[in-house]
Amino acid sequence: MFKLSDVINRSLLTPFNIIAGIILFIGLIITALRFTGGLAAVTNLSDYNPWGLWIGFDLLCGVALAAGGYVTSAAVYIFGMKKYHSAVRPAILTGFLGYALVVLALNYDVGRPWRLPYPFAVQAGTTSVLFEVGACVLLYLVVLFIEFTPAASEWLGLKRARNLVVRLTMLLTILGVILSTLHQSSLGALFLIAPSKLHPLWYSQYIPVFFFISSIIAGLSMVIFEGTLTHRYFAEKMDEAHLREKEDVVFGFGKAASFVLAAYFAVKVFGIAMDDNWRYLSTSYGAWFLVELLGFVALPCLLYAAGVREKNIRLIKWAAAWTVLGIVVNRFNVCLVAFNWHLPSSERYFPSWMEIGLSIFIVTVGVVAFKFIVTTMPVLYEHPSYKTPHP
Amino acid sequence: MDFSTLQDFYTYTKGIAYVLIVLTLIGMAGFWLYLTDQENDDEE
Repeated sequence: MFKLSDVINRSLLTPFNIIAGIILFIGLIITALRFTGGLAAVTNLSDYNPWGLWIGFDLLCGVALAAGGYVTSAAVYIFGMKKYHSAVRPAILTGFLGYALVVLALNYDVGRPWRLPYPFAVQAGTTSVLFEVGACVLLYLVVLFIEFTPAASEWLGLKRARNLVVRLTMLLTILGVILSTLHQSSLGALFLIAPSKLHPLWYSQYIPVFFFISSIIAGLSMVIFEGTLTHRYFAEKMDEAHLREKEDVVFGFGKAASFVLAAYFAVKVFGIAMDDNWRYLSTSYGAWFLVELLGFVALPCLLYAAGVREKNIRLIKWAAAWTVLGIVVNRFNVCLVAFNWHLPSSERYFPSWMEIGLSIFIVTVGVVAFKFIVTTMPVLYEHPSYKTPHP
Repeated sequence: MDFSTLQDFYTYTKGIAYVLIVLTLIGMAGFWLYLTDQENDDEE
């Protein structure tokens, strides 16, 4: 439980606070430069490369890695796997913060961010895939916010509001799954418009399917990865149920991740076969593609499988961290490395230090917000006043 | 491979894809058994 006296008696000069403070300070300076000098003042973006690190990492990776919310709530409420119930709230929180930070990052990346509501309020481009992505992200952010309100309501003592939202759990879960299916795949579909710019090994008519399946893998792996970190740093906040169910979550999600990774591997090979792109595998881009496919898809699939069979929790946790890295590598490859692959190296994009700094700033904002919420609200433990199952 | 017509291209690529699909279906079933047989042994 959150106690004000604990905070007052604790020193604020911890290593975490100092490092986070420095990053936030530098991030605020970059923010001031971005909104006074425009995109050119802080980024290496150009007409050739209008989507850089902020789209490749903050948006594409952010959305994929926030998929744990819909994956976990679907497993528990739709497929009835109640033994993973303790993983729902942390996953919903990670999802909500992930999507909120995606929208925050978008305000930096879009040239005129005050026009972000235009597609909904002024001129709806309903034939655009980007419109669908924007609409789904907006709606899903609202759904995640509502799904998370029971924890905040319990903290604030708003019993009626909390009970009302708990009754809507199934509806919200179904909405979340529908919206996630739509926009996770549509983020891949955005690249269908650029067959001449994206390298053939990454471009495929099935790229929306690749993005959707990999988002499930990202969600499952992020729940294990985030659970590992929370158990390490917030173990004193966890109640008995969370500690008891922790291993079930790791083994169950590890098994699912292994199986979905195997399916993803097969679908990626179909992608090569359907476009007859085998000849590109012997090129330098082909070598990098094989590193991604074998090193970040096949390898974690086998690591997860070995971990599940041998009941090796440590191996599964390492596989989860490796898979999360693999998702980042995949999104970077699609958005940055294999994009504009035919251009001479002088025209290729590499992010400026301020773009990298701002991405680190946004991740830090997320970590600080997560830390604040799990130390104040009942996310890793059951609130004593609410004995009934909660979302 | 060089293809003279679009039909040649699709015959070739779809032919390979169908073979891969059959192999995948068998492989995925086997992989699922590999993932779960330890669990089944524990239950017995």
